[in-house]
Amino acid sequence: MDLIFLLQDVINGILMGSIYGLVALGLTLVFGVLKIINFAHGSFLMVGMYVAYWIVAYTGLHPYLALFLVAPIMYFFGYQMQQWLIRPIFVAERDVREPITVIIVTTGVWYVLDNLALLLFGPDYRALSPNPLKGEMIEIGEILISTPKLFGFIITVLTAAGLYWFLLKTRMGRAIRATSLDRDAASLMGISQWKIFNVAFGIGTAIAGIAAVVLVPVYNVYPTVGVPFDVKSFVIVVLGGLGSIPGALLGGVIIGLIESIGPNFMTSTWTEAIVYGLFLLVLFFKPSGLFGQKYDW
Amino acid sequence: MSLLDIRGIDVFYGDVQVVYDLSLTVNEGEVVSIIGGNGAGKSTLLRTISGLLKPAGGEILFDGQPMHTRLPEEIVEAGLIHVPEGRRLFSLMSVADNLIVGGHNKRAYPHVPQNLAKVYEMFPRLQERAAQLAMTLSGGEQQMVAIGRGLMAMPKLLMLDEPSLGLAPLLIQEIFRTVRMIADLGTTVLLVEQDVRHSLSLSDRGYVLEHGRVAMEGDAKELMDNPHIKTAYLGI
Repeated sequence: MDLIFLLQDVINGILMGSIYGLVALGLTLVFGVLKIINFAHGSFLMVGMYVAYWIVAYTGLHPYLALFLVAPIMYFFGYQMQQWLIRPIFVAERDVREPITVIIVTTGVWYVLDNLALLLFGPDYRALSPNPLKGEMIEIGEILISTPKLFGFIITVLTAAGLYWFLLKTRMGRAIRATSLDRDAASLMGISQWKIFNVAFGIGTAIAGIAAVVLVPVYNVYPTVGVPFDVKSFVIVVLGGLGSIPGALLGGVIIGLIESIGPNFMTSTWTEAIVYGLFLLVLFFKPSGLFGQKYDW
Repeated sequence: MSLLDIRGIDVFYGDVQVVYDLSLTVNEGEVVSIIGGNGAGKSTLLRTISGLLKPAGGEILFDGQPMHTRLPEEIVEAGLIHVPEGRRLFSLMSVADNLIVGGHNKRAYPHVPQNLAKVYEMFPRLQERAAQLAMTLSGGEQQMVAIGRGLMAMPKLLMLDEPSLGLAPLLIQEIFRTVRMIADLGTTVLLVEQDVRHSLSLSDRGYVLEHGRVAMEGDAKELMDNPHIKTAYLGI
């Protein structure tokens, strides 16, 4: 086959994969700090997409400017979600490090949010309008690169770098890392565990909001739009290593590449089998993932 | 008035009572030892003072303020700092970050740069290893980080839980010298130890805990000469 098409697919795979990685980044942060699995993460993405959609529809803002509204709104949403829904479970099961009940609660949140969206907005597929990025392409020789996906890639890299800097260099970032490593010891440093949980959950949700803004110019918005991303995020997070930031990005790119290159060689439905096959292989042979820490805290 | 005044606390793990009607005082400027065997309730007592456990009864006053109703982070804010047993460093963070996190509380955070310099002066080896992950240090160095991290919080009262645990004899002496130095610099110290000889010799007063109760208390020198302590703890 033509090499140029392959190159095109590789670029596409990396760009789309980085956006998957961005969604997974929020999930991996929440897991890293709270040690809980947030099944509602895809629904947070959906909420973020609706928020972005309505902001753009009502104000006519450029979608990327809407980012500066969507991210804080989603941060607040996540912060309150942890404060009022997740925290009570930690309090009720205070002897358990990773209360399993949280999985049931976050699954419940997922169903409630998805159906609430269905109730409020109906099942329609909505395309962003006005959408200044629609169909925009950059041409480099014979290769076409989708502009919004390229921006998505850039925003992902900036978000990950910003998160890294925040975690490594700020007072709050150090407190978050300390809490994720040893909650009791962090308490003895004067760090409020609940505050950290709220902030970490808020940041994780805000990252879902950033991913939503990145997706909204290229993806339709509908009530269950989060589900495929939710499932992919789990595969990515396990692949890259639970709690690992580079792992989430690399895992995303791997999935993106499989999805974009795969269909050249086989029916596209087979790519899913490869993705989940890889998932199983990682669980068998390297359960801590590509970048996961072997040391538990 | 005592700096730390514990009045008749009872502490439970679930249904099991570990500390019984325990009273204890620490005056400003003192070094006080709590000694006792495994399971005597020493660590439980410290975890209760620092708010990780709540007493079922009794009260804990620090600087005249009640502590038993407060959260651990509020107790740290008041200046009551606990260096936990087994060091409990943040293993995947650098030595410098461990120390900086030690100064997280609002009172100490503005003074982090000065305090960091003081800790490095006290433990020059930590400065050499500042960028290393805490888990890569030797046991003695880890204990230095743990103590340094406690000092970063600017304690009024520093509680040390078995700082000599698992260290070689030479290092144990170094750690105790350091504890004495910290006390001489003006920090009140509450020391929990199994190494009775060393801890009593640098303390002003001591308490002997047995089965969650204060079995004996008094001047450190007198305790060292006590026949019961000699046979039970010093093996003489």
